[in-house]
Amino acid sequence: MLLSKPRLIRGGVRTEPRKQPTAGCPLEPLKPSGPLYVSLGQHIGAPALPAVQPGDAVAKGQRLGTPEQGLSAAVHAPTSGRVTAVTRHPAPHPSGLTVPTVVLEPDGEERWTAERPEPLTEEVEQLEPATISRRVAEAGIVGMGGAAFPAAVKLGSGQPVDTLILNGGECEPYLTCDDRLMRERAAGIVDGGRLMARALGARRTAVGVEDNKPEAIHALRRAAASLGGVEVVPIPSLWPQGSEKHLIYTLTGREVPAGALAADIGVVAHNVGTAYAVHRAVRQGRPLISRPVTVGGGAVAAPTNFEAPLGMPSRTLLEQAGGLREDPARVLAGGPMMGPIVPLEAAVAKGTNGVIALTRGEIREAEGRPCIRCGRCVDACPMGLMPFEIANRAAADDIDGAAASGLMDCLTCGSCAYVCPSDRPLVQLFHYARGQRAERAAAKERAELQRRMAEQRAERQRREQERKKAAAAARRQQRAARSKGGEAGTEGSQPDAAPSGEETES
Amino acid sequence: MSELVAGPHTRAPLSLPTLMRQVLLAAFPATAFGIWLYGWPALYLLLITLASALAGEALSLRAAGRPVRSGLSDGSALVAGWILAMSLPPWAPWWIGAIGGLLATVLGKGVFGGTGQNPFNPAMAARVALLIAFPAAMTRWVAPAPLGTEQAPGLLDSLRITFLGRADWDAVTSATTLDATRTAVTQGQDLQAVLPEAYEPALAALGYAAGSLAEGSALLLAAGGAYLIYQRVISWETPLVLLATLAVLATGTHALDPQRYNDAGVHLLAGSTILAAFFIATDPTTSPATTAGRAIFAAGCAAIIWIVRTYGGYPEATAFAVLLMNACTPLIDHWIRPRVYGRTRQGAPLATGKEEA
Amino acid sequence: MYAAILVLTAMALAIGLLLAVASQHLRPPPDETAEAVEQVLPGTNCGQCGLPGCSVGARAVAAGEIPVNFCPPGGRAVAEEIARITGRPLVLDDSDDGVRRVARVTREDLCTGCLRCIKVCPTDAIIGAPKQIHGVLPEACSGCEACVEACAAGAIEMVPEPVTLANWRWPRPMEANDRAT
Repeated sequence: MLLSKPRLIRGGVRTEPRKQPTAGCPLEPLKPSGPLYVSLGQHIGAPALPAVQPGDAVAKGQRLGTPEQGLSAAVHAPTSGRVTAVTRHPAPHPSGLTVPTVVLEPDGEERWTAERPEPLTEEVEQLEPATISRRVAEAGIVGMGGAAFPAAVKLGSGQPVDTLILNGGECEPYLTCDDRLMRERAAGIVDGGRLMARALGARRTAVGVEDNKPEAIHALRRAAASLGGVEVVPIPSLWPQGSEKHLIYTLTGREVPAGALAADIGVVAHNVGTAYAVHRAVRQGRPLISRPVTVGGGAVAAPTNFEAPLGMPSRTLLEQAGGLREDPARVLAGGPMMGPIVPLEAAVAKGTNGVIALTRGEIREAEGRPCIRCGRCVDACPMGLMPFEIANRAAADDIDGAAASGLMDCLTCGSCAYVCPSDRPLVQLFHYARGQRAERAAAKERAELQRRMAEQRAERQRREQERKKAAAAARRQQRAARSKGGEAGTEGSQPDAAPSGEETES
Repeated sequence: MSELVAGPHTRAPLSLPTLMRQVLLAAFPATAFGIWLYGWPALYLLLITLASALAGEALSLRAAGRPVRSGLSDGSALVAGWILAMSLPPWAPWWIGAIGGLLATVLGKGVFGGTGQNPFNPAMAARVALLIAFPAAMTRWVAPAPLGTEQAPGLLDSLRITFLGRADWDAVTSATTLDATRTAVTQGQDLQAVLPEAYEPALAALGYAAGSLAEGSALLLAAGGAYLIYQRVISWETPLVLLATLAVLATGTHALDPQRYNDAGVHLLAGSTILAAFFIATDPTTSPATTAGRAIFAAGCAAIIWIVRTYGGYPEATAFAVLLMNACTPLIDHWIRPRVYGRTRQGAPLATGKEEA
Repeated sequence: MYAAILVLTAMALAIGLLLAVASQHLRPPPDETAEAVEQVLPGTNCGQCGLPGCSVGARAVAAGEIPVNFCPPGGRAVAEEIARITGRPLVLDDSDDGVRRVARVTREDLCTGCLRCIKVCPTDAIIGAPKQIHGVLPEACSGCEACVEACAAGAIEMVPEPVTLANWRWPRPMEANDRAT
């Protein structure tokens, strides 16, 4: 299903890459210095249940959270130390709301847990697909491109998969951690890809790498040449080439149908970081406890790349990169196109690929200028929507109209807002409209629930009434019968029809 | 540190005031030429129209309760006034410019909700309103009277011309090329006989002929248009399709009956064709938002221009053609849409290939 | 010329009359609208609107006698639905800030476990046993405020619905506050 020549996607924008100077900075492993705030909810699905209590001593790689029923993932300790609290801590989310978090005070010893699964060194073909899936689940691996979907679910879905695609796009400006990972750990990525393909039963595996990363392409090609089984395909460098839907289209020529998943057309895509994590989980028995992160932006003194332990606060990462040289206008967890503004206390999670502190000169504020219907957004939209129409309807609170124009197909990639000459806050309007829609659906569900409960209550009260009436009638009957019996003389003493027990009002 | 906003946090360097500034820059050479060609009255008319357009915009913004300062700063009122002035007779009296400017910004933009909300091109709407209300003043053309020559009125005389009517100055009235061909056809004369007196291709391309303030110079306008395309302010589809369609229609009919139909040269170089192709039909607010839509829009404009010039009652048709196609823009935008990823043209999700139940 | 004026005037009058008659007689029967409206109301007959029950309110709003945002516990969501069903314009007043209010036992130290609030809650949203502190299920609370009135100890009051990552919504961007653009 792979094309010989990659297809160009519709629309998209060529942003300034701003990959220097971090593209030349190797991944530097960071030792945890202060407390680590390991979130139990750093994946899509239900947060993990805490497996430790405050005061427990934990070892590196020990389970801190067990997966909840249904869609969930395990969480492990990034280092050895003591659990000081199981509490709520701000999530890397624009709302600043909290998630259940295990606060870990490192002891500096980096002591590994004894429960570490043993390394599996066999050839990929000799491993059972189920074994690989199990290891991935045990290691708590989730999609590391930002989506954080539990990887084991994607691997074990049972649907026939023809092609596995590894996403080495990294189309966000400033971010270079995946680039460095591909240059430095190409063999691990290729091995991880082969392991995932084995688990999925995929016939072909391809890595798509943007052509502005020639060193990464070279390194991956070398690794693939010796290990085999993986094709390396250079793809055009533009935003949002790394979007799963568009990467699939570029490499296979097929589109993921609206409302369907990539697996429905026999394709599964994973970030190269996820592939590397799978390699580590299977070959070293190492759970997911750290990840590559780019710390950059004009406000940072010494931008660079780290391999950061999960749970390290963004504030600490910035300090490790030489601190802030000026007051940043925005601090994002991710790149400037889709990265959210997060509180500085928010910690590195499994999906965090960057901490970018931007100066006033590097950002552009949204303005209140009106839409002139120039159509630049239509040309830029990679999904083929008409963003100005959706946005204008959302601004007028015509949520149904916005949905009819394609609100739910939107990737919120920001290509439209990037090119808008009026600097309109298009993406926020889409978020707002989606929120209104979700609120309406939630309100409807709630109203139905309440009506059902009100009806049940009315029913219960009615039955209660009837029961009381019946009991009262029975009592009257018995009293009447007794008095009649009393007049006729006492043949046998009738047992006193005792009144039914006091019903407790409930 | 910052309030809650969504991304993207970085943007392309293009902004609305920059766009408008580029348009004015591109229109400047042709306008300067027009002022040189027709003298100081043209300059006064331009200034009055601009001032009136800005005043009208300020009035509309105030009435709508919007901030006047930032509303004026996006430059759209200035552009509307400038293009309107370019299409007026150069020695028109001051009240033509004043009323025109107000009509363009208040009735052409303000009542619809301001910038971005108007369905009709404001400059063209104002021009048509003036043409129908004041036909005499709007169809009085002068032969070129370049600055520095003796036919050109001085600064003071020009003031009198613009503000007090033209009684004082001995100017040469002249008909435009399209006027002449229109009259000839109505009277049943042979076009080819009439044409040489009224039309000289080289001069028409340069703009040295009777006409509106800045519509004449095809060369300078085309140069401005090329600059705008190069700067990605406008797309190349609209001008290309408009000019090509008009050229095809003109050449085809001219070949069939040269005495009745003008050739492509006349249609493209005379009148405001070039101005319309690069500056008027490309107005973003009133033209479709998709490439294919814009092509249809441009073709429609060209067709109507040709039809009205050939068979209609007015010699100049650009304004009418643009307005009529503006009315079609919402419909074009409704039907001509790109295909959404993952869906068919009709909007249904694509088949996954697993639908056999 | 006069003939033309007469003909056109007569046509205008005739068509106008026709339209007026149609708007009266071709209207959907109010009962259907009232039923549809009743479906979206909380159905708890709390009386905050001043009317004796939800079905009475539904009939009144379908007949156009009361505004579409007449139901306080329903809030903005219900007002929007009613506006959509009846086809009447949505008019909200400033008193509705869009925040849903639910009951909560805020003073657990005052709660005596007397069961009074539980008896009056129309959706059984309050849980608790005799002599034990009661609690409110936020999802089931319709905002009728009967429990607040019933509680003699003042332990229960209306608070804004707790915001979690599950129900947090993006705010409207301030730059697009002008509703026309």
